[in-house]
Amino acid sequence: MAAARSAAPRTGRNMEALLIVVAIGLAIGAYAMVGLAVNDALPPGMLGYGAGLGALALVLHLVVRKFAPYADPTLLPLAMLLNGLGLVMIHRVDLALGKGFLGSAAFKQLLWTTLAVVAATVIIVWLRDHRQLSRYTYSAMAGGLVLLLLPLVPFLGRTVNGARIWIFIGPFSFQPSEIAKILLTIFFAGYLVTARDSLSLAGRKVLWMQLPRAKDLGPLLTAWGVTLAVLVFERDLGTSLLFFGLFIGLLYIATERVSWVVLGMGLFLGGAFVATQLFSHVQGRVNYWLHPFREDMIDSSTQIVQGIFGMASGGLIGTGLGEGSPYGTTLSYSQSDMIFAALGEELGLAGLFAILLAFALIVERGLRTGIAARDGFGKLFATGLALSMALQVFVVVGGITRVIPLTGLTLPFMAAGGSSLLANWMIIAILLRISDSSRRPPTASEGPLFDLPFDELPDELKNDPEFQEDRRRLGGQENEPNSQGIPVGHSRASEDQHYRSADTEHGWDDQPGLDEPEWDNRPRTGGHQLGQNTRRRPDAPDYDQESAVNR
Amino acid sequence: MNSPIRRLAAVITLLFASLFISVTYIQVVAAKELEDHPRNLRTIAKERSRERGQILAGTKVIANSKAVEDSAYPFLREYPNGQMYAPVTGYYALLSGTYGLENAENSYLSGTADELFLRSLTTMLTGEQPKGASVETTIVPAAQKAAWDALGDQRGAAVALDPKTGDILAMVSKPSYNPNKLSTHDTTASRDERARLNADELEPLINRSIAQLYPPGSTFKIVTAAAALSNGDYAPDSENNIDGSTTITLPQTTATISNSGMHACGDGSPTLLEAFADSCNTTFARMAMDLGQDIMQEQAAKFGFGQELTVPQTVAKSSFAEGELNEPQLAQSGIGQYEVRTTPLQVAMLSAGVANDGVVMRPNLVKRIFSADGKTVSERSPEELSEAVTSDVADQLTEMMTATVREGTATNAQISGIEVAGKTGTAQNQPGENPHAWFTAFAPADDPQVAVAVVVERGGNAGSEASGGRVAAPIAKAVMEAVIK
Repeated sequence: MAAARSAAPRTGRNMEALLIVVAIGLAIGAYAMVGLAVNDALPPGMLGYGAGLGALALVLHLVVRKFAPYADPTLLPLAMLLNGLGLVMIHRVDLALGKGFLGSAAFKQLLWTTLAVVAATVIIVWLRDHRQLSRYTYSAMAGGLVLLLLPLVPFLGRTVNGARIWIFIGPFSFQPSEIAKILLTIFFAGYLVTARDSLSLAGRKVLWMQLPRAKDLGPLLTAWGVTLAVLVFERDLGTSLLFFGLFIGLLYIATERVSWVVLGMGLFLGGAFVATQLFSHVQGRVNYWLHPFREDMIDSSTQIVQGIFGMASGGLIGTGLGEGSPYGTTLSYSQSDMIFAALGEELGLAGLFAILLAFALIVERGLRTGIAARDGFGKLFATGLALSMALQVFVVVGGITRVIPLTGLTLPFMAAGGSSLLANWMIIAILLRISDSSRRPPTASEGPLFDLPFDELPDELKNDPEFQEDRRRLGGQENEPNSQGIPVGHSRASEDQHYRSADTEHGWDDQPGLDEPEWDNRPRTGGHQLGQNTRRRPDAPDYDQESAVNR
Repeated sequence: MNSPIRRLAAVITLLFASLFISVTYIQVVAAKELEDHPRNLRTIAKERSRERGQILAGTKVIANSKAVEDSAYPFLREYPNGQMYAPVTGYYALLSGTYGLENAENSYLSGTADELFLRSLTTMLTGEQPKGASVETTIVPAAQKAAWDALGDQRGAAVALDPKTGDILAMVSKPSYNPNKLSTHDTTASRDERARLNADELEPLINRSIAQLYPPGSTFKIVTAAAALSNGDYAPDSENNIDGSTTITLPQTTATISNSGMHACGDGSPTLLEAFADSCNTTFARMAMDLGQDIMQEQAAKFGFGQELTVPQTVAKSSFAEGELNEPQLAQSGIGQYEVRTTPLQVAMLSAGVANDGVVMRPNLVKRIFSADGKTVSERSPEELSEAVTSDVADQLTEMMTATVREGTATNAQISGIEVAGKTGTAQNQPGENPHAWFTAFAPADDPQVAVAVVVERGGNAGSEASGGRVAAPIAKAVMEAVIK
């Protein structure tokens, strides 16, 4: 305890800086390999590329250090790594297609990365508390729905590759569902945190399940209707799967009722099945998925077949960057929809596993942020963002590897596309913000309960013999070291320090105290290990509301 | 809310697990199969950017890779005399894969075989792909051309073997196809040609000489006679156990088997040789019933029936019967009808076995494989398949087969100055269709150099008037002359 006391609180920022250096190093190395393979020389743009990427990472890192010092230190390096490798692959295909620098997709992607980093910076600086967003629950819903259905507007939306999930304004194209993803997550989180009580009320019992009450079915049916509309009219199973999965997932977390999941899945599968029967274009997509190699299909299922052939040619360790042929007639859309297949060809199974693991880690850190979040909205919000990332990776990679039908969504951080980059960096920024607030030690103003004058303590605590014992041991004898060697009669500030170090002595790693911060659910007379129960903040602004919500 | 988040994390773990599995499946488990897929443009481009080995008949090139400019790929596969040699070479099509030798010897021809890698130190050190090796076939161009010309526009197949080695000297199938039209770099043309060939009712893509099964008709009497001479009280010049009647009624039925032309066999009490030379159905039907299914089946197997054969193309399995036969079925089978099915190659192996003192050699199409620098990579030595009959029985069968050509049903196969041994067949096909005309033979009878089998589907140009002696024997004769002279 004494050692812990003297240690400064660990924020993980130095670790983050180190990991960013590793991530950028990997990206620059990959860039160099492409140059060596294609032109037999280190690429002239290597330093510029590295400097650009490094500068972006540095800016973000410094912003986080200043404004969200306790944020999860792995999110930023992971996103940077994926973004960097994506840029390299896009650049590699540019080279093969003979694109000049300014007209290249990589240059465009670098611009979008810059813009996305700016957006992330703005969010971290401006959004001081994620709970602010819960005020915009219904505006977010309206905005999200409009964006989601925007591609259906004539002249604005356009069908690309069979799916109508793009809008075109002049020379600019945009996939609005990417931003809708964030807005609808805000809405789902905000709505469910208030509606969870009524939604979790049980209705009739069928088999082993408590069905929800019929009158609570409205939101589920609405979400179902919208997603089916997306499936049928935008012709994209991936988008509809993403949003419906997101809604069902959050509904389950808010209500803890499996019946919602079963009901929702049943509805979705049923609806999707009927849609395949009724609409030939949906059926076509399913057929290309099930039998892409059949003689009568192979000319239409070219895209998926090309991707699979490409990945197969990569094998275990890949052809090496710049040594495959992920472009032209052997692989189309290799910078956007099919970038995963292109990476698989040149980096092999080893590379794809690394990339999938990076995504899995981002999702894991996101879920952990959700678990650690101290308020219901934050829990649902962080979990929703992590879930949306997981679903999108599943939908995209699963589509390319024939786990599910191919969709028009793009691989987060890697695929060329501004909307996707922007949205996913915003997600990272929000996750950083939430994780900062959940990992941040209590400030002086919301200091430990233990420091309150005895009279102001809640009665139940005052009467707790265990607590009284603790108090007597620690603070009862003025200015004498107690049995644990901790000086007593210490200032309030040093007491803070003490709790803080106890709080963070395991760094940012898993730690029971961090992992289970549902302190407001615990009996107030529970065990009084210092730095646990006393972490309560009686004067935190929405303490009552939260505890009501979290019960 | 934390425990449902944990459960959600478990579900997400499953989602990711499915991705890890699917990626592993594509990149490791199914990778080879996917790389060999005929529509895999990567493989197509890779293979066509290297010079593929030649296929030769003697010194004659029958498949060649030519460097082409201004084409989608650097090397174009060409087949001089493509139609005639198509059953040998097969094809190397742009989008529909490979077939024939192009398929069976692909690893050598394309240069991916391990032996080719290990042979050359430079390729081992640099990892550079060696040039494709060439395949020298056992085909004798003169025999191939003779068979091709003699079959004319009739449907059918002709196979010639060297009875002493099993080497395939000629292998013709008609109608044929032009493999050049499949190997073209014009994607659409290649695909359309493939579709047209697939849709063709005459099935030109099938190599009839080894991949098509026919009822062998009376050529199968060689097997029945072999079984009789080996297992019973029979001799070529003996009338013992020989039924010479015009018609026999099959046991337990009203069905009958008659001799062709509805006449008695010989003078009504023929010797085995006379019955064989005249191809008497009653004699051999009775004989099969007397010998029983086991003996018949065993004899057929000794000639190669039911054997897995690759030459290296896979040969369809010939078969005597699919199950237990009753007496009438056995009688039918004894004259090569009912369920007896053979490839023309198998029928040629009957003659070849008799010619080679009763020993059937394993049939084979590839003589030698040599690398781009001319070194032999593999060379094949003759291999015995089985001993069909003893040397004595082989002599007796030879005597009967020479009589057939000298004075029996196969006088059309006579070659001046050379004694030919043979057997005709006229196989009943489906009702209402003209019979298949068969002939199998070897020559010279005293020092056999060639054994041959010819089938002309549905009587060929002779139609319902067809018989093995009339339609098929002259073709076999032409092939044998080409080999001997």
